[in-house]
Amino acid sequence: MSLDNYLVLAAILFSIGAATVLLRRNAIIVFMGVELMLNATNLLLVTFSRLHGQLDGQVLAFFVMVVAAAEVVVGLAIIVSIYRTRRSASVDDVNLLKS
Amino acid sequence: MSALVAAVPAVLAEGGQTSGAEEALFWVLAPVMVLAALGLLFARKAVHAALSLIVVMISLAFMYVAQGAVFLGVVQVVVYTGAIMMLFLFVLMLVGVGSSDSLVETIRGQRWAGWIAALGLVAVLAGVLGTALYPESVGLEEANARSNPEGVAEVIFADHVFAMEVVGALLVTAALGALVLTHRRRLGPKRGQRELADLRVEGGHHLAPLPAPGVYARHNAMDVPALDPYGNPLESSVPRVLRVRGQEADAAEYAARIDRVLAGRAAKPDENPPPAADPAGQAVNAPDIADAVAGVDLEGETK
Repeated sequence: MSLDNYLVLAAILFSIGAATVLLRRNAIIVFMGVELMLNATNLLLVTFSRLHGQLDGQVLAFFVMVVAAAEVVVGLAIIVSIYRTRRSASVDDVNLLKS
Repeated sequence: MSALVAAVPAVLAEGGQTSGAEEALFWVLAPVMVLAALGLLFARKAVHAALSLIVVMISLAFMYVAQGAVFLGVVQVVVYTGAIMMLFLFVLMLVGVGSSDSLVETIRGQRWAGWIAALGLVAVLAGVLGTALYPESVGLEEANARSNPEGVAEVIFADHVFAMEVVGALLVTAALGALVLTHRRRLGPKRGQRELADLRVEGGHHLAPLPAPGVYARHNAMDVPALDPYGNPLESSVPRVLRVRGQEADAAEYAARIDRVLAGRAAKPDENPPPAADPAGQAVNAPDIADAVAGVDLEGETK
């Protein structure tokens, strides 16, 4: 087995995450799709780190994790505050600017 | 950590080529991960999506460790499954566990466009992966010579110190941002225990506990309303749930019986005697009801 399999798996996970973002309506599930994409990228980074024999890829994956944590905190806070004012977690209902 | 690394040499494949154990691990985990990720895409309930994402993340942690990224594997479990997914579950509880996707399409054709875009992304990624040329795999034996965490620490704190500090500032900002975003301004004055008590007295409602259901020692079932001193049934003594369901016993029937007791006319046996009684309607081995009522007459006088 070559390391390509890891890359293929990462691509599949990334695609599923992107499809989740595009197709789901619940804001929280959309957010989970973003997390899945970040995770797939991390798998790619770790695999390339091994491929090249350098640890920079792992360090980059580590930074991705930290930034993802910060992003999740703020994003979920936004979802909660939207839910408080509009009583809905659906991305379709956030159309205040439309009308 | 090095002891752990030494303990599991079969799975830890830091080399450029995968070992047989790692191959088995991959082919067990990869289908599970893809299925769980599809669960994220197709699960109707948000909680199920969150659980399948947790499965994906834990499997990823296994893969990191198997690829020699021990530190990242631990961080993956601690940060992603431990902190981020728990945060997701907390927010799901706040927003409502039952919240499922709406099937109403507000933008016409958005679903089809989304599928087409996703399939396009799959095609692009497949093309990139198929055509890219990869260098000969080097492996991490040299980089992990001391141990993986030490190597990573060297890269982070030697080459990327500034990024590390910026990330720290980012985390502080994110925490503050979450505090500000979820902060709710108080609209009215704060209501303490004293204010609540005053409000209740001013309202003139029932201050003491509600009367217990049941009448004397005869009917202490929950569905029988209690009687006030004048013999009128108290609706509030029956639990509200029973009242809402309409399972309340008929108050008038019990009130009439009590009236009979109070008037001293309860010596007659009931119309429908208890099963222990003999067919003639005479109680078996039971004290005479008339004697019992004689003691109750005291209450009749007070009334």
